[in-house]
Amino acid sequence: MSERGITVNKPYERLSREEIKMIDRASLDLLEKPGVLCYHEESVNLLEEAGATAKKTREGEHDAWWVSIPEKVVKGALSTAPSKVTLGARNPENQVVLDAEGKRVHFGSGSETNYWLEVKPETFVSKEDNREVVFPVMTRKRGNLDYLVRSAHLAEQLENLDFFIRNVNVQDEDITTGNKDVNVFFAALNNITKPVVSGVADYGQLENVVKMAEIIAGGREELVKNPIVSFITSVIKSPLQIVAETAEKLIAIAKLGLPVVISTSPQGGSTAPIDEIGMVAQVNAEALAGITINQLANPGAPVIYGAVPVRARMDDLHDMYGVPEFCHYNMDCAQMARYYKVPCYSTAGVGDAKVPGIQAAIEKMYTYSAVPFAAPGLVHYAFGLLDKTQTFCPEQAVLDNHKIGMVKFLYRESGVSEESVERTKKIVEEVMHSPYRMYARYARGMLRRGEIFGGFPFEGESEDQDQTLLKVHEKLKALEAAEPQHLAEEQCRKIFSEIPGLLPRLNPYKEDK
Amino acid sequence: MSNELIEKIVDSVLQGRRNKDDEGIEEGMAGEPGVAELVREALDSGIETNDILLNGLSRGMELVGEKYETGEYFIPDMLTAAEAVEAGMEIMEPHLVKEGTAGGKGKVIMATVEKDLHDIGKNLVSIMLKGAGFTVVDLGIDVPAKRIVEAVEEEGAGLVGLSALLNTTMSNMGEVVKELESKGLRDKVKVIIGGAPTSEDFAREIGADSYGKDAFAAIREAEKLLK
Repeated sequence: MSERGITVNKPYERLSREEIKMIDRASLDLLEKPGVLCYHEESVNLLEEAGATAKKTREGEHDAWWVSIPEKVVKGALSTAPSKVTLGARNPENQVVLDAEGKRVHFGSGSETNYWLEVKPETFVSKEDNREVVFPVMTRKRGNLDYLVRSAHLAEQLENLDFFIRNVNVQDEDITTGNKDVNVFFAALNNITKPVVSGVADYGQLENVVKMAEIIAGGREELVKNPIVSFITSVIKSPLQIVAETAEKLIAIAKLGLPVVISTSPQGGSTAPIDEIGMVAQVNAEALAGITINQLANPGAPVIYGAVPVRARMDDLHDMYGVPEFCHYNMDCAQMARYYKVPCYSTAGVGDAKVPGIQAAIEKMYTYSAVPFAAPGLVHYAFGLLDKTQTFCPEQAVLDNHKIGMVKFLYRESGVSEESVERTKKIVEEVMHSPYRMYARYARGMLRRGEIFGGFPFEGESEDQDQTLLKVHEKLKALEAAEPQHLAEEQCRKIFSEIPGLLPRLNPYKEDK
Repeated sequence: MSNELIEKIVDSVLQGRRNKDDEGIEEGMAGEPGVAELVREALDSGIETNDILLNGLSRGMELVGEKYETGEYFIPDMLTAAEAVEAGMEIMEPHLVKEGTAGGKGKVIMATVEKDLHDIGKNLVSIMLKGAGFTVVDLGIDVPAKRIVEAVEEEGAGLVGLSALLNTTMSNMGEVVKELESKGLRDKVKVIIGGAPTSEDFAREIGADSYGKDAFAAIREAEKLLK
């Protein structure tokens, strides 16, 4: 049993058993009619061999197939999908063990933001009374490899972060389509000992990424036993279309026997119905289509039901995360995945706000408190994301780490037992006969055992200014000062000699780095 | 031997153990002698009361205070340590009376003012004052001004500590000051106030001598006022 994450003993069940079955029925019907529009011939062949019917068509410049997938094909694939999936880690103690029938929730990062938000305290003088005041000044910087390295190192330090999805898109001049994947995977793996979960941008680089992981894990078999890298494939373009290049990656990863998340992210109001039943029926159908292809390619391959349904803003059709509908969609999907006995990958904690502050805190706390309560195995996007998913702010990630700590505490067991009831009666009697009738003495034991929540650690001293971000900035500096957990020198030497395209500046052992 | 006993007293104060029945910060200490038993043993073995008081009980509380300042200890630790000191002082008291040194740092009347039933803050300050070596007469909650002034007179106290949690009752603190003035006692006793709605400005406004923004500030102020 994984020690990471938190067990939600009584997960919130928004959907009744009957409602789950109705959504299941609706999704299966959709997969049959209208079916999926598939742009990947190999996937079409796999589906046809299993009993689906396909009709070739032309979509713009591309060949495509309308594929009608009958229920028996989907259910057959679900019957081979494992209910337990392990996300490996450089440090095996950090493995995340997912059990679709269990109730353990793990929190992770994401999702390749284009911007890194830098926070810098600066001193200003008030025009009113010449008072000097320190304020955090924020600057949006384009993502690069250095920021990715910093975020992986930070993720290693955040105690409530269980798995790492790279959170910064690298836009360095020396990064190309051909060398991006190996460099971003190395930047992550060289700085974190927790599970690394990621997409692969270029199919051609998958082999090199896997080879790198094999060198670190100690070989192919060891990698399959302890998959220090797991993958994300956005195989579905909503509504209900299967993307050629991603489907190719999905099949290749399935054949390697490495864990893969089928990630589909329809937007309610544009690429999916906005109402709850409409959205969940469609996103569920999309996830099932991906799982089906994965299992047909390699029955029993580790696969994760990834649903990232979001709602559209009505004024500009951007994504919205901090809204009730988002929580409804995602809690429902967690239940659907549990129904199919496939581990679930879900989402919480994205701020629609552009910067850390009150709006971000409200939006984040809202979804943190709701979605994980439905006990999906993985909750991604949970650290530092702002402006939908456009910006990553490390200070925000430190704050989010604290919020997740609060949420985890919220799900703790009540502790009611025969023994605790007897103890309570004894303590109340003792206190009632004591001079001041105070329970402080009895709080102390719980305090020392970590059974009392520590409160807000970033409280400022000022009586007229919110100093939270300034305090968090100090904490971030302390976390960033921790010694990095780099790969061993021999591993790095082997990786740099055998994997083409790696940038020498990433090698921690290179003298003139 | 005497040093060893004194060190044990210091440690028991740090652990907040009044007597052998108490658990300490670390578990599994129940059954070991606490402050009460250790002070008794120290007195029986002829260690001077001054040594027990200064190098044992007071030193223990000083270390507790230091640990609080560095964030290692919290309010429950301070309170339990103060209770442990109080348990030791009870054993010491007959000896101090005999030596003519009872009373420690001075006598303080503590009360939550009339119409106010809140006592957490007041209790906290009372316990901490005792732990710091003051003699405390705690009149409880909802205490009329007249009763507080009577107690000052009866006890010959040098300091009155007034507590209120409500905006609607804080004005009764001013009534106590007026009552002290009308009885001609104001120049004989200092007044310190505290509680959520109060402030330094309010203390000045009603003619109090000091304001304690929290229990620790209150103890520091008491030390200054009764110096």
